Amino acid sequence: MNGFFDIPSDLQYGYFGLIGLHLREALLPVLAGLLVALPVAQLCVRFRWLYAPVFGVTTVLYAVPSLAFFVLLIDYTGMTETTVMIPLAVYSLVVLVPAIVDGVRSVPPETLAAATAMGLGPVRRYLQVQLPIAVPTIIAGLRVAAVSSISLVSIGMLIGNQGALGNLLNDAQIYHRPPLAVNSVLTTAVLGILVDAALVLVRTLLTPWMPRKGAVR
Amino acid sequence: MNVFDFAHAFFADTAHWHGQDGIPTRVGEHFLYSLEAVGIAALIGLPVGLVTGHHGRGGNALASIATAARALPTFGLLVLMFTWFGFGLLPVMIPLVALAVPPILVTSYEAVRSVDPPPVDAARGMGMPEARILFQVELPVALPLMLGGLRTAAIQVVSTATIAAYVSFGGLGRYIIDGLAQKDYEKVVGGATLVVGMALATLGVFWSVSRVAVSPGVRRSG
Amino acid sequence: MIRIDAVTKRYPDGTVAVDRLSLDIPDRAITVLVGPSGCGKTTTLRMINRMVEPTEGSILLDGRDIRQQPVNALRRSMGYVIQNAGLFQHRTIVDNIATVPRLLGWGRQKARTRAAELMERVGLDTSLAKRYPYQLSGGQQQRVGVARALAADPPVLLMDEPFSAVDPVVRKGLQDELLRIQNELGKTIVFVTHDIDEAIKLGTTVAVLRTGGRLAQFAPPAELLSAPADPFVEDFLGADRGIRRLSFFSSTGLELQTGPVVPLDADAERLAAGAPAPYRLVTDADGRPLGWWGAPDELTGGRIDRDRLLPYGRPFLPGTDSLRTALDGAVLSPSGWAVAVDGEGRAVGVVSQQVIGEAIRAAHGEDRQDAKAER
Repeated sequence: MNGFFDIPSDLQYGYFGLIGLHLREALLPVLAGLLVALPVAQLCVRFRWLYAPVFGVTTVLYAVPSLAFFVLLIDYTGMTETTVMIPLAVYSLVVLVPAIVDGVRSVPPETLAAATAMGLGPVRRYLQVQLPIAVPTIIAGLRVAAVSSISLVSIGMLIGNQGALGNLLNDAQIYHRPPLAVNSVLTTAVLGILVDAALVLVRTLLTPWMPRKGAVR
Repeated sequence: MNVFDFAHAFFADTAHWHGQDGIPTRVGEHFLYSLEAVGIAALIGLPVGLVTGHHGRGGNALASIATAARALPTFGLLVLMFTWFGFGLLPVMIPLVALAVPPILVTSYEAVRSVDPPPVDAARGMGMPEARILFQVELPVALPLMLGGLRTAAIQVVSTATIAAYVSFGGLGRYIIDGLAQKDYEKVVGGATLVVGMALATLGVFWSVSRVAVSPGVRRSG
Repeated sequence: MIRIDAVTKRYPDGTVAVDRLSLDIPDRAITVLVGPSGCGKTTTLRMINRMVEPTEGSILLDGRDIRQQPVNALRRSMGYVIQNAGLFQHRTIVDNIATVPRLLGWGRQKARTRAAELMERVGLDTSLAKRYPYQLSGGQQQRVGVARALAADPPVLLMDEPFSAVDPVVRKGLQDELLRIQNELGKTIVFVTHDIDEAIKLGTTVAVLRTGGRLAQFAPPAELLSAPADPFVEDFLGADRGIRRLSFFSSTGLELQTGPVVPLDADAERLAAGAPAPYRLVTDADGRPLGWWGAPDELTGGRIDRDRLLPYGRPFLPGTDSLRTALDGAVLSPSGWAVAVDGEGRAVGVVSQQVIGEAIRAAHGEDRQDAKAER
């Protein structure tokens, strides 16, 4: 395709530079979301009554359109990467908290009883039993969060070209070069699929104890 | 001024309540786009998910398709479709449907797969035809999960349909896109509030549907 | 000894799970808590390792209140086995078994060696060590559960319906295995079950609890069967009490007759020597029983016709098996006689229903006298 990889100079990055930027803008928020989600989820598991309100708040946050979220943040963080990354971190949090809570709750009660009876204290029980058994569910959540984050970064284009690969969409229109839009969509999709596959690989490595069956998700 | 002041100012302005750019018109447009996108996605996702789930084969292929669809950037797809097809409903529907299909497809597959095998076995043993097993035994039990998938899809579509405004379409995204261009935060906040409200209304609808449609014997929380 | 002293467990909603229960659980024996669901047997067990705290009363371990030591140290000194084993699905078999030794600070190597040793002890092939729980059958998982509980060699073993989720054949194997291990190790075992047959088979003493957490009877199984304390216990014991009680009488004293036991190539004279028994037990060259010969006075063409032999039921081992097994053998056999065999399966004699019946009456008589003497 003509000019497919010929990135206009106004973007200040080459093809691979854009990819690196895109991954950073998409995945740092997921990481931040995970770091916040772990303690929040643990609180929800410990204090059951907390889960309903947390779930309510996160559902509302998830319904806020990303574009509106970006625009509202401009006042505080300007037209910067941070403005794009904060909402993405919030969305990741929203996906990860229920995933972790479900995972930790999926530990069979007899397994927990056995752990308690063998004299594992609460901290050991969490780190050595609950968290490892929750890994598949947590990674399932991470996959959804990471892929949707990679997809959403593109919208950052609308707030002063902060959309990494998404910025190609703008140039495609300005310079009337549709191949740039194709490039943007395909590269983003491939990134999503690769990150997803990488997470599946991580799960396989972390959970040799899982029955190997064709599992969807 | 904080978000609440903006929202208050937006809704207090009577000019926002009628005409081409009035709230009722925009809400109506947004609702129609969303309904259409979720409807098409359900027509694609439900049958495929249910049938593969019932036969228990093709799960991996299904998962790959869902992953690929999820990886497609909705906004990028919108711009691309717009440059290919020009102004029209099609370039808006394609990305929204692509967004809604994966959750519907995957959860309806999983919902049928997660039905307890003994009742299905019993039904087969009583001589029930496969189609009836799917509709009368598996579907009622799978319904809560399936509705969950539809709900996720619907909320994502309601929230994402705002980007339709970027390609000169209507809907609540108009307030956000125009507000951004005009540096009118009242409009942005007002639009966002309406979208959140519509998403919550969607949640409410799904909750009511599940109260009515799900048999008390299989009702679960959530 | 574990002394449960006037313990009550009352939940905040007012439900009483255990009601002023007192039990002295002897060392190095199996004490079974049995009763219908809701009788507080599991609650009682879980109070011993403080998974549940009593509302009133106290529990003493070797004279010391269990609340006096740190809870996790107490738990590590007691093995705990539950239904479905409760294995850690994310750890290999060997790491599951090594859990408590590792908690107690043993080195990895030492803990693993110990785990391998225990796998053999509970009858698991050590080639399973690196497997994960999902790769094992239910019975194997339960064996891992027992091995895990024994890993740090705790003096006390708490078992909460450990065998109720496996099929009857596997359950019987696990029960026999437990009795064998107990013979070797002599642990203080508290065993909870709702299955009265399991209680009678495994228990040195059995505590029958009734709904509401009150003790109905605390006695050795034979006494339970012969003298149930009240209609509740009698009803709980179920049918065939008399027959089941025979399991506790030895077949040692049974007078065996060897006259009717004849080899396959016996002649008419040898057959006649077996009188007055109406049947002859025919054996092969090694002395193993082949079947009953129903016509002691006639031979087919001068020989016993092997094809006309009648089945001989199930033989018993005198001394090892109970009167119940002997009677069962006699009832199963068309001749009405039971066949006694030695450890190699060679016939050592036969005994009639009548003789077994006399032995049963004698055993009952002795038992009654013993009971009187105790009072």
